[in-house]
Amino acid sequence: MQKTELILQSQEALTSSVYRMRLTSRDPIAPLPGQFVNLALPGLFLRRPISVCDFDGHTLTLVYRCVGKGTAYMTQAPNGSRFDALVSLGHGYDLARIPDGAVLVGGGVGIPPLVYLARALHEAGKACTAVLGFRSREDVFLADTFAELGINTVLVTEDGSLGKKGFVTDALPDSIPYVCACGPEGMLRALLRCTPSPAQLSLEERMGCGFGACMGCSLETRDGPRRVCKEGPVFPREVLLWN
Amino acid sequence: MELNVNLCGITLDNPIIPASGTFGYGYEFSEWYDINMLGSLSFKGTTAKPRFGNPTPRIAETPQGMLNSVGLQNPGVDAVISEELPRLRQCFHKPVMANISGFSLEEYVLVAEKLSQVPEIGWLEVNISCPNVHGGGMSFGTSPEMAASVTKAVRNVTKKPVIMKLSPNVTDIVAVARACEDAGADGVSLINTLMGMRLNLRTRKPVLRNVTGGLSGPAVFPVALRMVYQVSAALSIPVVGMGGVSSAEDVLEMMLCGASAVEVGCANLIDPYACKRIIEDLPQAMEAYGISSLSQIIGGAHHA
Ligand SMILES: Cc1cc2nc3c(=O)[nH]c(=O)nc-3n(C[C@H](O)[C@H](O)[C@H](O)COP(=O)(O)OP(=O)(O)OC[C@H]3O[C@@H](n4cnc5c(N)ncnc54)[C@H](O)[C@@H]3O)c2cc1C
Ligand SMILES: Cc1cc2nc3c(=O)[nH]c(=O)nc-3n(C[C@H](O)[C@H](O)[C@H](O)COP(=O)(O)O)c2cc1C
Ligand code: FES
Repeated sequence: MQKTELILQSQEALTSSVYRMRLTSRDPIAPLPGQFVNLALPGLFLRRPISVCDFDGHTLTLVYRCVGKGTAYMTQAPNGSRFDALVSLGHGYDLARIPDGAVLVGGGVGIPPLVYLARALHEAGKACTAVLGFRSREDVFLADTFAELGINTVLVTEDGSLGKKGFVTDALPDSIPYVCACGPEGMLRALLRCTPSPAQLSLEERMGCGFGACMGCSLETRDGPRRVCKEGPVFPREVLLWN
Repeated sequence: MELNVNLCGITLDNPIIPASGTFGYGYEFSEWYDINMLGSLSFKGTTAKPRFGNPTPRIAETPQGMLNSVGLQNPGVDAVISEELPRLRQCFHKPVMANISGFSLEEYVLVAEKLSQVPEIGWLEVNISCPNVHGGGMSFGTSPEMAASVTKAVRNVTKKPVIMKLSPNVTDIVAVARACEDAGADGVSLINTLMGMRLNLRTRKPVLRNVTGGLSGPAVFPVALRMVYQVSAALSIPVVGMGGVSSAEDVLEMMLCGASAVEVGCANLIDPYACKRIIEDLPQAMEAYGISSLSQIIGGAHHA
């Protein structure tokens, strides 16, 4: 956990509603895969949590969908904008527990954090497969980034306009040693129903602080109440009470 | 510059106290800074049994503030004493304020009795915003009679100073405050959150699963200030002011209106360094307004 300033270097639209920001940090930072940043935006009281999409030791990448006031403001930010940010928040993916051959499953804006995870697995010499779900071909983003990392990538669209037709659960490989997933809760629940494999899932909740102080984001788990922003956002499937 | 103040017989190095529910059990914030610089801290509202609280979503944004419907999530008084307070003791070496809650008189008494045994607890701050399960669900803080009954019950089982935390969701907060004073309270603190709600226009449903939640943040500051002013004019016991405080200047306004100490709530959530910054800014703000001692300005706005 660290408070710093992130400085916008460049921004581009990846689809009609999804944007990619590349930022540098005023202070040295070391975010881990699955962690998030919490951005203060002028005129808005609460910070906005956004997952770390990628980090190369210098440049931080965030990919977000414009859905409301805060994210709309972000799309308009000129290069050089400085964001007051809390970084390296939360407990990310537990890399040591992820074996060779894991399947990374992402839906919509659940996909961005899987990029950094895929890179970390790749650097650790562990192969993985990415299964990425979108609504339609014009909504596809980041698929090329996984491909550039040399990761076997399966695309799924709900209308079948690109890749396989259906949901991510219709495109899972036959052998699934391990699952790492991020996406809407409905997708995550469906995924767990489809496979008994061990899994780490990244969850979302409305947050008051993002660093464990307000109890706003609590989740009831097998181990008792846990904070999505602090003990999460990534949880091993066995602690979830979803079944 | 003199920042120290006295609260019910205990000296605080400065008047800044993080408000209950916005500072966990304190140790979370020692990852950000040395919390010994605080005047004190009020920890998360504690009940007899562990509580998860209300279903999520339980946070919503508002203009200049936020709503919460956390619903008193806490591990229960026994775990607070055996697990949370020992961890706090590692990083905070001043008297702390124990914030207690209850859904019946018996629960308030039980929690107060247990926490009174803990040496590092300096004050009991009794939150009377909870609904009374035996009294038709109306909040203890909404009637002077019920507020007085909680005050008396807690007063009888503790030697620590009892500070009654008042709800602003009442027609006459002065009447409730007077009832607490008459029933033996050593101080009052105010305000707790104001009841509010927000809708999600896409779903046409409330943002909060609980429908309503408590409003706090700069949006409530003028309301809080007005209530602190009125209550401190009517009472002779100390008043702890809170509601929307986010700067050293806000602290000066609160104290001039009659606050002996000032709690800072959701400012901590949007900036983990909020209390540190306010404390560091105080001397300069005092200088700018010709103040050399904070304890001397308490209630200054009341004098002709
Ligand atoms: C840990 C975490 C990581 C996230 N990572 C990403 C990401 O990488 N890319 C991405 O596009 N989105 C991500 N989100 C969702 C993102 O936080 C919301 O889309 C964003 O806060 C919306 O802000 P807004 O002002 O545009 O929307 P508004 O609807 O105007 O926001 C109003 C309030 O609701 C909150 N809110 C709205 N939607 C969500 C949501 N889905 N989750 C949590 N809070 C919400 C806002 O933070 C704000 O407090 C993440 C959420 C969490 C909790
Ligand atoms: C997330 C959250 C949780 C809170 N929990 C408690 C609580 O457990 N007990 C209590 O007495 N007040 C609680 N409060 C109220 C605050 O202590 C304070 O009275 C109120 O927020 C007004 O101050 P502020 O505007 O500075 O936040 C809570 C407030 C927030 C925002
Ligand atoms: S958002 Fe405040 S504890 Fe998680």
